Amino acid sequence: MLELIVMSTLNGVLYGMLLFLMASGLTVIFSMLGVLNFAHASFYMLGAFFGFQISRWFGFWPALLIAPLLAGALGAAVERFGLRRVHKNGHVAELLFTFGLAFAIEEVVQIIWGKSPVDFRVPSVLDFPAFTIFSTNYPAYKMFMLLVSIVIFAALLITLKKTRIGLIVQAALTHPHMVGHLGHNVGRIFMLVFGVGTALAAVAGVIAGPALVTQANMAGLLGPILFVVVVVGGLGSLPGAFAASLLIGLVQTFAVSMNGSLSGAFGPLSPDYAATWLADIWNVTIAQIAPIMPYLLLVLILIFRPMGLLGTRDT
Amino acid sequence: MTDTTSSVAPPYPTAAEKLKFYGLWVGAAVVLLLLPKLFSSGGSLTTFSLIGISIIFSLSYNILLGQTGMLSFGHAVYYGLGGFLVIHAINIIGANKLPIPLPLVPLIGGLTGLLFAVLLGWVSTQRSGTAFAMISLGVAELVASSALILRTFFGGEAGISANRTKVFRLFDWSFGPQIQIYYLVAAWTLIAVIAMYALTRTPLGRMCNAVRDNPERVQFVGYDPHVVRYLAFCFSGFFAGIAGALAAINFEIANSAYLGAVQSGTVLFATYIGGVGFFIGPIVGAIFVTILSLGLSDLTQVWQLYFGLIFIAVVLFAPGGITGLLMMHRPLLKAGTFGRVLPSYLIAFVPTLAMLIGLILATEIIVYYAVHSGDASHIKAFGVPFDAANRYVWAMAAILLVGGYWVARKTWTFVGHAWDDATSVAREKGIAA
Repeated sequence: MLELIVMSTLNGVLYGMLLFLMASGLTVIFSMLGVLNFAHASFYMLGAFFGFQISRWFGFWPALLIAPLLAGALGAAVERFGLRRVHKNGHVAELLFTFGLAFAIEEVVQIIWGKSPVDFRVPSVLDFPAFTIFSTNYPAYKMFMLLVSIVIFAALLITLKKTRIGLIVQAALTHPHMVGHLGHNVGRIFMLVFGVGTALAAVAGVIAGPALVTQANMAGLLGPILFVVVVVGGLGSLPGAFAASLLIGLVQTFAVSMNGSLSGAFGPLSPDYAATWLADIWNVTIAQIAPIMPYLLLVLILIFRPMGLLGTRDT
Repeated sequence: MTDTTSSVAPPYPTAAEKLKFYGLWVGAAVVLLLLPKLFSSGGSLTTFSLIGISIIFSLSYNILLGQTGMLSFGHAVYYGLGGFLVIHAINIIGANKLPIPLPLVPLIGGLTGLLFAVLLGWVSTQRSGTAFAMISLGVAELVASSALILRTFFGGEAGISANRTKVFRLFDWSFGPQIQIYYLVAAWTLIAVIAMYALTRTPLGRMCNAVRDNPERVQFVGYDPHVVRYLAFCFSGFFAGIAGALAAINFEIANSAYLGAVQSGTVLFATYIGGVGFFIGPIVGAIFVTILSLGLSDLTQVWQLYFGLIFIAVVLFAPGGITGLLMMHRPLLKAGTFGRVLPSYLIAFVPTLAMLIGLILATEIIVYYAVHSGDASHIKAFGVPFDAANRYVWAMAAILLVGGYWVARKTWTFVGHAWDDATSVAREKGIAA
């Protein structure tokens, strides 16, 4: 039992930090531009595939640097030449633009790298067990992932709290129009923030690629969970996104490792009902419903706290 | 400036206007009746049936997006649940020999859609805008994932099937042949289109538009925007359920793809490409997208990429969709100044076409190198054979793309000038642009 708790906590925090790497960019972009970037998870996927390709040519470490830069540049270009054009048509058009973009990116990735998973391996330097707890080896690569996400988290925190650009970004979180009125080049800040946000998602992609599966549907799988994080945390709230990332990371990881079901708790269902849909509900384990946990959480939050955990803005 | 408010009721329609209005619907019914006589092959009947289903689904989606301003990413939930319930209903009717004929079965799908919209809608419609979009996405994922868990009801990955010919027969219609299914779909399409058009004319339909445009003012007038959004959501769910039911009857199977994100995305594409600003927009979009998805897949392997690019192009350059583009010209036609824009269109058409051909050529060459670089390099795309390894073809693609783009930019500014000119003349003649 203790083993389960320790392992799940470790994995859950790791997953949560990865989610936050992406959700932070998404939240800041949403707060400043007012648009929820549907293609954010696609940049995570692009990061993973760029990382895979570059690590084949030059090795993993250059990939960790170059892939996010590439994806970030692409993101900045998307903001400059795409989003800025549709901005005058309203938020729905912006959201639809990123939706179409996500669709197109998935198609392009499928054309170039195929539909099946690519062989993105953990670099050999990190391919050893870091430590052994309860007779289970914990891989060093996962510790590396955790380290990278914590370093980036700290860097983000310092940038936001201690630098001038962070000051502007923070101001734009709550008073986007005022920042523009104060004479900052809002267009360039937007482009920069979009570029950095997508680059952060790409970092998550590069480090998650070898540990998870690098495949053309990874954006489609993760994207909705990312939006759940942002809505549960409260649209536009960075601390909320952090709390929600960890919460969803932990909830999902714990749920996956639990095998309890209603039949386990209350005994097997009477055979009269064995062929009905009741049996499905009775026999389903918590591990099986782990994928829908985030969405259940979303619906509950919306019923009881529509603003999100730490949100203040209405839409 | 004209008055924005009016205290008098609009004039009662004249006999000619009434004739035109009802003539339009009668004409649509006649066209639906005669279509199978003109195109009687099995393939075209299937295509027409799919288009009809898509029209109902897209129009139901437009109740949300176009009429009430709610962007939903999970509309397929109500479509899919309607389909599943109908398959179960057909099985139950067949097994118990209930006296319910197949033409009435889509109503079961509609009521299912309505029921789930009533259940899920109250929470979903509490907020509009981006939050609503995200909630709809979350609810859609929730339902789609639950469908895979509740295996006895939804049949897991394989789905469930039914035999539509086993249902109680009225007038000895077996509904085995596709032609009978076509007429079933056509009749329901006509009914649903008329019903949804009538809905836009009711006070509720008008309040939906008001909620879309200015929810705050709606509150001042004394309505609750949440309730209006909720009612629109319920109607939308009802018609989506009918569309799903017809799809299930057409294919005699319902599986988890009916509920999935792809289905929700397709209806969004169809509605938006057609144009959300006009009632007829989603109909145009449904026809266009269905034919495009059936036709493009024969012409090129990467049709979905082109599909996505078309969508992005529409969002970027024609936010009103196809109908929006066409309707823009109505004031010009009325004022008789359309002739001024036409030459500039013809001039701009040539380099734009060259640019598009260059883009397609470049894409197909890249696809060739990415997907089948080992095969013979003579490939065929859009029915045109060419050699993907030939350097001259590469050069041609590059010249068409870059040169076409460069010239097209110049000609489109020319179009812009001609357009401004024509609209200002139209405005002088007193026809609002």
